[in-house]
Amino acid sequence: MFEGLSERFERFTRMMRGKSRITEKDIKEAMRTVRTALIEADVNYDVVREFTDTVAEACRGSKVTESLTPGQEIIKVVHEELVNILGGAPAKLTVSPSGFTVIMLFGLQGSGKTTASAKLGLHLKKQGKRPLLVSVDTHRPAAAHQLAILAQAADVPSFIKPEEKDAVQIAREGVARARYLMCDTLIVDTAGRMTIDSEMMQELKAIANVVKPTERLLTVDAMIGQEAVNIALDFDRQIGLDGFIMTKLDGDARGGAALSIYKVTNKPIKFASVGEKVEDLEPFYPDRMASRILGMGDVLSLIEKATATVDERAARDTMRNIRRDEFTMQDMLTQFEQVQKMGSVQDILSMIPGMGKKAVQQSDVDDRSIVRNIAIIRSMTMAERYNVRLLNASRRRRIATGSGTTVQDVNILVRQYESTKQMMKQFGGGRKGRKGGRKGRGRGGFPGFPGMGM
Amino acid sequence: MGLLSKFKRGLEKSKNFFARGFDRIAARMGNFDEDMLDELEDLLLRSDMGINCVEELMGNVRAEMKAQGRRSREFVLSTLRAGMLNILGPRQDLELNTSGLTIILLVGVNGTGKTTAAGKLCYRYGKEGKKVLLAAADTFRAAAIDQLRHWAELSGTAVIAHQENSDPTAVVFDALQAAKARRTDILVIDTAGRLQTKQNLMDELNKMRRIIAREAGDAICHTLLVIDATTGQNAISQARLFTETAAVNGLILTKLDGNAKGGIALAVAWEKQCPIFFAGLGEGVEDLEVFDPESFVDSLIMTE
Repeated sequence: MFEGLSERFERFTRMMRGKSRITEKDIKEAMRTVRTALIEADVNYDVVREFTDTVAEACRGSKVTESLTPGQEIIKVVHEELVNILGGAPAKLTVSPSGFTVIMLFGLQGSGKTTASAKLGLHLKKQGKRPLLVSVDTHRPAAAHQLAILAQAADVPSFIKPEEKDAVQIAREGVARARYLMCDTLIVDTAGRMTIDSEMMQELKAIANVVKPTERLLTVDAMIGQEAVNIALDFDRQIGLDGFIMTKLDGDARGGAALSIYKVTNKPIKFASVGEKVEDLEPFYPDRMASRILGMGDVLSLIEKATATVDERAARDTMRNIRRDEFTMQDMLTQFEQVQKMGSVQDILSMIPGMGKKAVQQSDVDDRSIVRNIAIIRSMTMAERYNVRLLNASRRRRIATGSGTTVQDVNILVRQYESTKQMMKQFGGGRKGRKGGRKGRGRGGFPGFPGMGM
Repeated sequence: MGLLSKFKRGLEKSKNFFARGFDRIAARMGNFDEDMLDELEDLLLRSDMGINCVEELMGNVRAEMKAQGRRSREFVLSTLRAGMLNILGPRQDLELNTSGLTIILLVGVNGTGKTTAAGKLCYRYGKEGKKVLLAAADTFRAAAIDQLRHWAELSGTAVIAHQENSDPTAVVFDALQAAKARRTDILVIDTAGRLQTKQNLMDELNKMRRIIAREAGDAICHTLLVIDATTGQNAISQARLFTETAAVNGLILTKLDGNAKGGIALAVAWEKQCPIFFAGLGEGVEDLEVFDPESFVDSLIMTE
């Protein structure tokens, strides 16, 4: 996400970082770079103008000019301003005091409402809520069916009525069903519409009157152009809005809409959808986003991601084995699986500070090498996983055939395993016998990237 | 209804934005000065035309004004119109195989309207008396096959489909066999939405193309990229990457009737990757039209 944009900003920060004096010419030059970058990223035209004005103004201020490292100060100003236009403090989902929260999702056609509904359902379920998904999309063929399938994948109950053509009636029954099932949250997926279609907007209003939403969220496609802001304003004027869900942020969209809608509507972005799987929905943090745009990495999200997905027991087992100098192929398999659960390796790498977009793209780590390695280990017998010395030529040939790889691939993995084991020995061996020592470190459970980049 | 009036109706809202904006700028005085040109440039940028395209258009307007010493409203407008038509190029029709099978493979990112476009294409060719067949190769998105079936019913087209989550290439294979057996004129293949940055999904498209080349070597195969007109500058990245990795040879611009401003048509045309063949101008089954640059530009900028 924010591709190109962060590249430009990285260039800008490099340009500024070393400067000991900043002239009017530097500022003008820098602002032109920033302006072009933002317009190419589909940031709303008025927001671009305000942003460059504010930053230029701050650059001329005493805080920057009197600083010993004015370049650093400017980067700070830009970061602050980015956080600012992204919404400032992170916004939480409002929960109704009555104990029954209704979340209503709407947006243009193809912006990803149905997928976002299911993802939101899973997200809330993980937080201990009892959500029910209801589809009131009576327009798009098979939309309700799509929601039901996704709900099943997320293991969240759903309510659909494909043969009913009256969306308001389905909404009414949906509320009743949620009450009956003693759910505390109802997520209403509506039909995609254009804001200029007044008939559809009336229907939306009627649905809102029936379900009385606590949260009215607009799903916004990250790839949308200059029109994003007007669409948001239109929906806000006609129905009312409490926040946004940005979808498809996992592409190479530069996310201009994300950088525009809060500033113009004063409504926060609450979630970001970052992948095709049902679990790929994240709360939106303006400060972390700003850091990512400036190429400063996002360590906080990385750690959260690691702690949320890493299976603690598996991590502890691995750590124990490392300490005992018994790191096996089986442990390596566990680690690969954990890394895979965290999402795409490129995504993870881009959260590490100092890893510019370029560096990430050039690194030849790709997700398929992990998939391949997992396949190879799974083609081994248990005995082989615990004792690689068994692997003679004939066994290796069998494993290669079984996993659809070549003997070379198997050899590479075995070598990786051996050097990883060697490495583990060095920092595991020293603490041998110190029972339970350095527990904190084991608990962090960051699985490392065994053999990667070698 | 003529093509021009269809475009006019579909682009009603974009025209309001553009033509009225232009009138507002020009209203103050009959002649254009530097400030007004800057405002015009803003207006173009706001319609998603992208910096490169706008710079070319405005550079051209400024140069012509200087060369001919004319600054009138009409002159600016007609120079702009000529510039836009120059970028869009002449109207192009999709080449159909007169003596055999034509395959139309629809690709694109998620939510651009591929399935809908597939349905509308079938309706269009069906009405022309062609024998049409649909292949539901979007086996990933939940309920995509049901959605396609609905469109197929509207146009009375037969559908080749497998189970959800099955191999899309297998669907393509079966559809090709069926097309040959039934002496189909046009086979429309609907594929799953994919972001242009996901390499493995782009490889999947290549696999489909390989199967097509192997099983139907003498058929004409068009790979058309479906782009949502509400998309911003990312449309350029889509056009570029899909052309490079999936051998796309034409575009379909959908949802032009909606909230879009239409400028994205020029932004992608400026990239000179491939021509726009069709435009989605409404929700009805007959609202997918041949993209005609002149009708498009005139509906966009002509006040009356």
